[in-house]
Amino acid sequence: MIKENKTRKELIVSAIDNGTVIDHIPAKSLFQVIKILNLEGFENQVLFGTNLDSKKYQKKALIKVRNKFFKIDEINKIALVAPTATIIVIKNYDVIEKIDIEIPDQIINLVKCFNPNCITNHEKIPTKFIVIDKDELQVQCHYCEKIMEKEEIVFL
Amino acid sequence: MKNKSLLSINDYSKEEHIQILDHAEKFEKKPIQNLLNGYVIATLFFEPSTRTRLSFESAISRLGGRVIGFADSSSSSVSKGETLKDTILTVSNYADLIVMRHPKEGSARYASEVSPVPIINAGDGANQHPTQCLLDMYSIRKTQGTLNDIKIAFVGDLKYGRTVHSLVIALCNFNTEFHFVSPPSLKLPNSIKRHIKKNNLSFQEYYELDNILPIADIIYMTRIQQERFSDPIEYERVKNVYKLTPDLIENTKENMKIMHPLPRVNEIVESVDESSKAYYFTQALNGVYVRQALLTSILGKI
Repeated sequence: MIKENKTRKELIVSAIDNGTVIDHIPAKSLFQVIKILNLEGFENQVLFGTNLDSKKYQKKALIKVRNKFFKIDEINKIALVAPTATIIVIKNYDVIEKIDIEIPDQIINLVKCFNPNCITNHEKIPTKFIVIDKDELQVQCHYCEKIMEKEEIVFL
Repeated sequence: MKNKSLLSINDYSKEEHIQILDHAEKFEKKPIQNLLNGYVIATLFFEPSTRTRLSFESAISRLGGRVIGFADSSSSSVSKGETLKDTILTVSNYADLIVMRHPKEGSARYASEVSPVPIINAGDGANQHPTQCLLDMYSIRKTQGTLNDIKIAFVGDLKYGRTVHSLVIALCNFNTEFHFVSPPSLKLPNSIKRHIKKNNLSFQEYYELDNILPIADIIYMTRIQQERFSDPIEYERVKNVYKLTPDLIENTKENMKIMHPLPRVNEIVESVDESSKAYYFTQALNGVYVRQALLTSILGKI
């Protein structure tokens, strides 16, 4: 049964010879991940599927990017929307490395400050947040010093 | 501290706070010192604050420095739509240091990132007002002889009052015993409470003032603003609960002092002013010495 599912999945999103697979993305976060990694502007082959069955997370999404190997800082940006994601590095159809996503210490120019009176909402300034609690995902604005909870996070 | 901007009270360490207070003590003994002769300091008040601006300008003048700047943004090019960045970059050509007050939170930190000269934050919206915090610390140390092991009661609006937040954070370095008196809707934010706990200190919260009066070394009063209340009846009730009268301060400690960041409205009745325990006007004077100490430290003239 499980094997059959797996085969079907591989049919839905076909294998890549070289590149990166981002697996275990929460299904609802797929398009945010695409946006954060700026895959829209990519010239390489990008394959993705969503609402796939997952043993761990019920419904998941996955993305396969051909001939692209992300830097760790680059990929950790998706931690805010896809903390469960696994990064799989593929070379010649073989899994070379599996990396778990880590929430970064700082979030630069990705999130909007929820404080309407914060200077970043009034001048052209890249936003900057310090992650003060990685488990609860609390972030503090470097400028206005207000603390945002997970639910209050809005992307730029 | 040389060339180190002061934007938030946390930017300076405990040792640096103490160093500023020690220098301020020297300026209290000898306020007129020609240490900033030839220096130009800009005071940019994008929103008016007469008290803070005059205190800074008095400090600069007593040190022999010159002041340039504006008292509100209508008389600057901000009214023509200039960005904060452009204003700061321009003014930094003319001044050795910039003191700024701005209605937007985080504006001072942003200014410090674009400015080649140091910035002192004289208030950024509801966020920080670190020189107020330093002058509060100076006032406590001066009246109690020490900053260690003080029992302090904060009274009134503890939710929105930025002076309260900064002072609580700074006092966490000095084994302080905290007492917070406020209506339920204006309690101290959880983030500040967490900071106290992280420093292994304790605090207690109260609705009424009475129990705390006999034990406090410092009673720090704040103004409760009517617009913070959705229920006008609750405001009327609270307004009178937190009103210091001569009767109320009768059974307080000998060394107890009443502090207030000013302006006060009705939370301290005027007849309390006669008491030797009323400290709020001297507290404001201390601000000049603390600002003298800060300016000369940042400019490396002390």
